[in-house]
Amino acid sequence: MQGIKEIVVVSGKGGTGKTSITGALASLFRDKVVVDCDVDASNLHIIFSPKEILTKKEFIGGKKAKIDGSLCTQCGTCINICRYNAISSEYRVDPLTCEGCGACFYLCPQKAVDFSSRISGYYYISKIASNDPLIFAELLPGEENSGKLVALLKNEARELAKSSSKRLILIDGPPGIGCPVISSLSGSNFALIITEPTLSGEHDLKRITELTHHFKIKAGVVVNKSDLNPYCVQQIQEYCEYEAISFLGEIPYDAKITEAQRNLKTILDFAPECESSWAIKVIHNKLQRILEEL
Amino acid sequence: MKIAFASGKGGTGKTTVSVNLAYNLSSHRKVQYLDCDVEEPNGHIFLRPRIEENKISKVIVPVVDQEKCTGCGECTSHCQFKALVLIQKEVLVFPQLCHGCGLCARICPTGAISEGEREIGYVEKGKALGDIDFVQGLLNVGEPMAVPLIQDVKSCYGEADVYIIDAPPGTSCPVVKTIIDVDLVVMVTEPTPFGLHDLRIAVSSAKALDKPVGVVINRDKGEFKQLLDYLKGNQLMVLTKIPEDKEFARQYAKGNLIIKALPTYKNKFDELFHNIETMLRG
Repeated sequence: MQGIKEIVVVSGKGGTGKTSITGALASLFRDKVVVDCDVDASNLHIIFSPKEILTKKEFIGGKKAKIDGSLCTQCGTCINICRYNAISSEYRVDPLTCEGCGACFYLCPQKAVDFSSRISGYYYISKIASNDPLIFAELLPGEENSGKLVALLKNEARELAKSSSKRLILIDGPPGIGCPVISSLSGSNFALIITEPTLSGEHDLKRITELTHHFKIKAGVVVNKSDLNPYCVQQIQEYCEYEAISFLGEIPYDAKITEAQRNLKTILDFAPECESSWAIKVIHNKLQRILEEL
Repeated sequence: MKIAFASGKGGTGKTTVSVNLAYNLSSHRKVQYLDCDVEEPNGHIFLRPRIEENKISKVIVPVVDQEKCTGCGECTSHCQFKALVLIQKEVLVFPQLCHGCGLCARICPTGAISEGEREIGYVEKGKALGDIDFVQGLLNVGEPMAVPLIQDVKSCYGEADVYIIDAPPGTSCPVVKTIIDVDLVVMVTEPTPFGLHDLRIAVSSAKALDKPVGVVINRDKGEFKQLLDYLKGNQLMVLTKIPEDKEFARQYAKGNLIIKALPTYKNKFDELFHNIETMLRG
């Protein structure tokens, strides 16, 4: 295998089991950097309970405007130019509506607008039981720029993989198909799509698959909770064939996966011989073969 | 009354709860359902709307007249989103990074920048089961800008007694935009460590906007003490609990409304709305 490879676990629909499966795969792969790119609601660190936080860094997102009342003459310029209606008739900027474009700052005739950076979150480089690094972040509530934070985490992971001779970067992605997902997929080698055999799961699978095609990233599909609707699993298999993406396997609806989570363990550490663990081992083998061919 | 259904964590049952509540209310109230999860809207699967109107959603982007542009770099140095880049005295536009603020067009000293439009997705309107007014946004695949489309969905408020707003997962800008004008945020959670972790973040986002918050516990399966302690410690009211039930999950998988397929669940949604009204009366 040449160079460092990146696998991103995505799903479109939330709650299909991305994090549980990423966690399980992380305990099977060796020499990897694990990254949690679901920065809105990161969960991977919960099951790994890192034994050591090596670094904590500030994430500086965008800037926000703030009007200095003592300089403001209430001329109305800023209210007129702000396209986000973030400035009230009392000349106060609502920080949750302000998109940080700076138009009011640059165009205020009195120079009464302050426009400075602020901390939008934190990110951590930690060490998990296998001694591999886990990178995760917390975006402060209501903050923007999750795509930018994802890009930052991926850069950190690449640097770290290079400097510590790791061969794989395993990424837990966010749900959806928008900005943070696009950022998670950017520059990666393979998208592992986790879906479920429900009409919603299937609908969202199609949109995330289109997204991987759009960015020309190879993809493979795993169906979680597969015994919920065998007919739907078959439909998904046919869809994969039609779209020429690999169908990598199915994992049954298993209460043990939730139990493992409640015990803060991956399913492979909690019940290594259960049906789901075996299914994940098979998927892991297939992924290794795919990585070698990439 | 505007009620948003949010969660932090994905897949906890936001859509299930909101479509079933909408349908349950539709027998005696005028209901409008707005799906603001524009990246992956799923409400239509259950409410089966007949779409009557389809409107393209657009955002503003700069258009550079290369004849007038002198390559001075004013626009590129002012743009906060790096949507304009100067390469060898020529300005290139990256439309997907543009937030449409209009600053570049205003400050260009030679008037070389005008504003054009770009499609990001579309808004569909129609009538769904139970005569519910249905609105959803669909983001184009490959498009990062969800927020302006959510704004367009929310500009479709019609006449209704109750507005049910299905929010996207997460806690950042798309969620803020979705819940900013609602009367109550209902957090749908599940009794797991992931569910609780993300509930905490989602609740603090809603609190930052001064929104009252109620909680629905989905897939309830005996006691999960940490969740109960958290709810108690933060004085969060449990509006209803829906038990873990594989038959429920099977019906969901087929795209069926639970209260039609399993009518015994109707009382859960009666209870939910009763408690919502009690909360809003203060």
